[in-house]
Amino acid sequence: MKQKLITLANSVAVFAALLALWQIVLWVFRVPPFMLPSPWAVARAVGRRLPSLGTAFAITGEEALGGLLASIVAGVAIALIFAQSRWIRRMLYPYTLLLQTVPIVAIAPLILMWVGAGTASVTLIAFIISLAPIIANTTQGLVSVEENMVHLFLMHNASAAQLLFKLRLPHAVPSLFVGIRIASGIAVIGAITGELYAGSSRVGEGGLGYSILYASSQLQTDYLFALVLAATVLGFSFFFLVMFFEWYFLHRWHESARTPEVE
Amino acid sequence: MMREGRVPEVEFEGVTKRYGNGHAVLEAVNLTILKGEFVSIIGPSGCGKSTVLKLISGLTMPSAGTIRVDGMTPKNARETVSYIFQDATLLPWRTVRKNVALALELEGASSHRREEKTSALLDLVGLGAVADAYPRELSGGMKMRASIARALATNPRLLLMDEPFAALDEMSRDRLNEEVLRLRAEQKWTAVFVTHSVAEAVFLSTRIVVMSPNPGRIYSVLSVELPRPRTAELRTAPEYEELVGHVSHTLREARAQ
Repeated sequence: MKQKLITLANSVAVFAALLALWQIVLWVFRVPPFMLPSPWAVARAVGRRLPSLGTAFAITGEEALGGLLASIVAGVAIALIFAQSRWIRRMLYPYTLLLQTVPIVAIAPLILMWVGAGTASVTLIAFIISLAPIIANTTQGLVSVEENMVHLFLMHNASAAQLLFKLRLPHAVPSLFVGIRIASGIAVIGAITGELYAGSSRVGEGGLGYSILYASSQLQTDYLFALVLAATVLGFSFFFLVMFFEWYFLHRWHESARTPEVE
Repeated sequence: MMREGRVPEVEFEGVTKRYGNGHAVLEAVNLTILKGEFVSIIGPSGCGKSTVLKLISGLTMPSAGTIRVDGMTPKNARETVSYIFQDATLLPWRTVRKNVALALELEGASSHRREEKTSALLDLVGLGAVADAYPRELSGGMKMRASIARALATNPRLLLMDEPFAALDEMSRDRLNEEVLRLRAEQKWTAVFVTHSVAEAVFLSTRIVVMSPNPGRIYSVLSVELPRPRTAELRTAPEYEELVGHVSHTLREARAQ
C-alpha cells in the first residue's frame, strides 16, 4: 500500500514537472498562444467547451465501439472457419496479413467514396483496422488446444459441437482478449483517422477527428489541445474497459488475469 | 470374479504400428488382458508403451493385426473405457466439480445424475472440500485425484493409465497407488497401466509386461503373486523387494536387447 502511494506520488510529481517545463518554455521563448497555448489556457478551453468536447467524444466513442464490436463478432466467426483446417489457414491467412498491412489512411478515401461520408463509413474504417488482431489471436487460441484434451473428449464420444463449445472456444477466450486489447487501441485510432476524411453534416460539430481538423483550421489551438486530451482519454477508457472485462471473465481461472499489467 | 477372470478384456493379435515414414513403433505384439486384471506395461523409452494405450483406446489405428476390446473394435468399446493421461488434463476454466462432471456431461447424463455421481466421487477421492476450487489452486496430487474421479464417473470397465503419477513426488505417488488399489477393489475395473517405475508396477499389478525397444516388442510377461489387499506395509516385505529386484533385472535385459 505504501509502495503504491509512493508510485502515485512520483507520477503526480512527473506530471507537475512536465506542466512546469511547458510553462517555462512558453515564457523563455515567448511562444505565441496560437502556436502553443499555456496549460492553463488548455484547462480553460476544456471547461469552456465541455459540451462540444463531450459530443465529439461520444461520437468518436460510438464509432470506435461499433467498429470494435463488429470486428469481435466477425473476427471470431472468421477464426472459427480458420480453425477448421490447416489448409484453409494456409490459403486465407495471407489476406488477413494484407488487412493488417494496408495503410488505413490510403483506403479511407475509397471507403468514403463507396459508403458516403458519415458515421457509417467511419465505423467501417474502425472495423477494418481492428479486425486482423482479433482473427489472428482467436485462431491461435482455437488451434493451440493440447492434444490430450482433444483425446479426452474423443474418449467420451464428444460431438463436433461439444469439442467446439466446451473445449476450443473456452480455451481461446484468453487469446481473444489479447486480440481485443490490441484491437481496442487501433479501433480508436481508426475512428479518428476516418473522421479526418469523413467530415460532418454540421459545420463545427462532429467527432474528435473532425473537430481537430476544424479547430486547427480556425487556429483554436487551445481547443485543439483539449481535443487531443479527449482523444487520449478515449483511448484509455477503451483500454481499461477491455481490461475490466478481461479481469471479469478470466480472473477466477486464468493466470494472466491475476495481476493485470499495463503494457 | 474367478470365472470372470478367464474372459478377455483386451486382445492384441500380431499388432504392428508404423509411422508414416515406415519406422515401426510396435512389431507383432500378441497380448491378452483378462477381465479384472491389473496389467502394468514397463520398458525403456521408445518401446511403444504409450502407443499400446492409444491403440486400445482407438485414438490411433494399427498398421497390421487386430485389436479387440471386450470383443469389439476399440472405437465401439469406448463407452466402457476411460483414459487417464500423464498430465491431469483438467479444463482450467471449470471448477473441480465441473471437471469431474465433464465425462458424464459429454455422454449426455441428466444433471441430476451428474450431480449425484460427481459428489459421491469427489468424496471417494477425498476432494469434497475443494470441489468448487479451480484447478490452478490444486496441488499436483489433487489434480490427479480429480482426473481419476472424472475417469471413474462413467463407470468404466477398463481404465487406461499413461504414467499418471510420473510428475508427482514419491509420497503422493505412494498414497495414490494405495488409493487406486482401494478403488479397484471396490469397483472391479480392469486396468492397463503404463509406468517407468518398477516399484509402482510391482505394487499395483497382477501382471507386468516388460517391453524392449526398436521396434517395440514384448520381452517378457511376469506374474505378480503378492497377497491382496496390498497396503503400504507391503513395500517393506522381503518378497516385494525380491520381485522389484527381479523386474529391474528383466528390464535391464530388455534394454540391452
